[in-house]
Amino acid sequence: MADSVLNLAELKRLAPPAELRRAPVVEGNPATGALTDKLSAFAEGKTPRWWWILFLPAAFAATVIFPVCLFYQVFTGVGVWGNNHPVMWGLDIVNFIWWVGVAHAGTLISALLFLTKQHWRTTIGRMAEAMTVFSVAMAGLYPAIHVGRAWFDWFMMPFPNSNGLWPQFRSPLMWDVFAVNTYLMVSSLFWFMGMIPDFAVFRDRSTTRVRKTIFSFLAMGWTGSARQWHHYEKAYVVLCGLCTLLVFTVSSIVGLDFCTAQIAGWHATIFPLYFVIGAVFCGFGMMLVLLIPLRKWCGLEIVITKRHLDKVAKLALVSGLIITYIYLMEFFIAWYSGDPYERWVFSHRLFGHTYMVMGWILILVNVGVTQLLWFKKIRSNLAALFVIGLLINCGMWSERFVIVVGSLYQDFLPASWGEYLPTIWDIGLYVGTLGAFFMLYLLFVKFLPMVAISEVKGVMPHADPHHPLGGAKKGGHP
Amino acid sequence: MSEKIYGLMAEFNSPGEVLHAAEKIRDAGSRRWDVFSPFPIHGIDQVMGYRNSLVGWFALVLGGGAFAQTFGLLWFTNAFDYPLIVGGKPMFSWPMSFVPSYILMVMGAAIGALIGMFALNQLPRLHHPLLNKKRFELVSRDKFIIVIGAEDKQFSVTETRKLLESLGGAQVDIVEDPD
Repeated sequence: MADSVLNLAELKRLAPPAELRRAPVVEGNPATGALTDKLSAFAEGKTPRWWWILFLPAAFAATVIFPVCLFYQVFTGVGVWGNNHPVMWGLDIVNFIWWVGVAHAGTLISALLFLTKQHWRTTIGRMAEAMTVFSVAMAGLYPAIHVGRAWFDWFMMPFPNSNGLWPQFRSPLMWDVFAVNTYLMVSSLFWFMGMIPDFAVFRDRSTTRVRKTIFSFLAMGWTGSARQWHHYEKAYVVLCGLCTLLVFTVSSIVGLDFCTAQIAGWHATIFPLYFVIGAVFCGFGMMLVLLIPLRKWCGLEIVITKRHLDKVAKLALVSGLIITYIYLMEFFIAWYSGDPYERWVFSHRLFGHTYMVMGWILILVNVGVTQLLWFKKIRSNLAALFVIGLLINCGMWSERFVIVVGSLYQDFLPASWGEYLPTIWDIGLYVGTLGAFFMLYLLFVKFLPMVAISEVKGVMPHADPHHPLGGAKKGGHP
Repeated sequence: MSEKIYGLMAEFNSPGEVLHAAEKIRDAGSRRWDVFSPFPIHGIDQVMGYRNSLVGWFALVLGGGAFAQTFGLLWFTNAFDYPLIVGGKPMFSWPMSFVPSYILMVMGAAIGALIGMFALNQLPRLHHPLLNKKRFELVSRDKFIIVIGAEDKQFSVTETRKLLESLGGAQVDIVEDPD
């Protein structure tokens, strides 16, 4: 027993000085009931004007631009896009990788940081998971229509058919089908299961019959008994472990799609790692873009504090540094390999004629702008963080573009070189998916528990039975 | 009152109080009782005597099953039913079959964990006698509630009420069972 050896005075003497002590997860340590009110206030309150101002354009993009571009492409053919020989993978694949990338940081925050017991993640974990679920859904759409004949998508699924054919599993493209579907499925399950206790909170707080009915169904009869928490926590740990596996697998498999090809610029063993880190980096950028306005507008400043954003920014910096290392390695290996095609592709990424702008955006943003995050002044300046988050998203998008298009447009034979320019349908589809993502995200913020209420309550000192605030009779740790 | 009694409930204000009360109830020899809380309380599993949850086994069985099944499926489709030579690669090999099997293992294990959690908690259920109680709504907010079930051998409305009140439980109330 610790308290038999050390009494409270002794513990207080040994405790680190105030400035070194870890700040509380929630500013001011509000009481459990007040915290519940605070965290459910936005979903229960009147819809503010900013929500409509953002929702209407997003909904327009999602319900008008998106289906128009989608159906026009499906009914007409892939020819409506700019994809043509030799650039057969255009914006559709660029956006696919970009969306998968955005998803990864969400899983990393919600799953990997749970396993490493980072309590601060509880306040942003739910918003990160929602980002994951919606962006994987957007990503999954692209390959399905990129195949050109979307009505043959079922060819990708191994089930007995009258043609007697099976999918060819020696291609990583087939693995991708399973990877992306699994990612969507598992992250949705994880997201949903995490929300069950919070649905119960909403159910018990509901004032109207409609709300009560809806959240009663969603909460599935959750009562919060010790037995239920016992199994729930176990399932949560298992799902976190599985999601963590997916963080490292899904983008690796997307990377394998590239590195098994013979194209110079793609055929590199670093690609799986490259894609994972790039994905996480891009996702942290998106996380900053989503968190900074929402914490203010939804009144969550005491829950998502500057300290939280500081940590997200530090994670972005770390992943940005790894990305920088990978860029250096890529260029070095291209030179060191002595392969003239590799050297050609890589020198043309920065000094070519057509796409060198994208190459320089990549270097300036992902390598240059990221270094600003070293400074505490910048990490605590929310406007700067928001802009850096946006820039990281643009930088990573141009990285995807450079990898996909920049490697394809000038391949081995000069006779088969070509140019690629996205058409209005390429861009429209991207705008449509962006709209759909933000529409879903705004709906999530308005109607579902956007912060994991029970998880946040669970890491408060009030929740610790051995803490004075948690009702410990004597002793306890300070 | 014609309705059956489900149990007696008592409210506590902090995890520390409810943990001590739970220890006493366990020592008093009650069997059918439970603690309801807005978040998992550290140490309650030991008090309630829960051993390792079986959820992990559900995940293992479904995940392992999915791995084996995918492995078999890949062999059957690509090496047995329709062998197709692609780039001189072997019809069936570890590198080609591991990745999809592994991915579907993750999917199987995740579904297993969720099914396990639901099955062991007897969810989803549309109703629970406790959800009729107005005070019980506070359990998802900031109260901690102990319910001693009427099926418990030592249960008697007066004696159990006394026990709960002596432990500091407030608002001790009868929970009716409408069934």
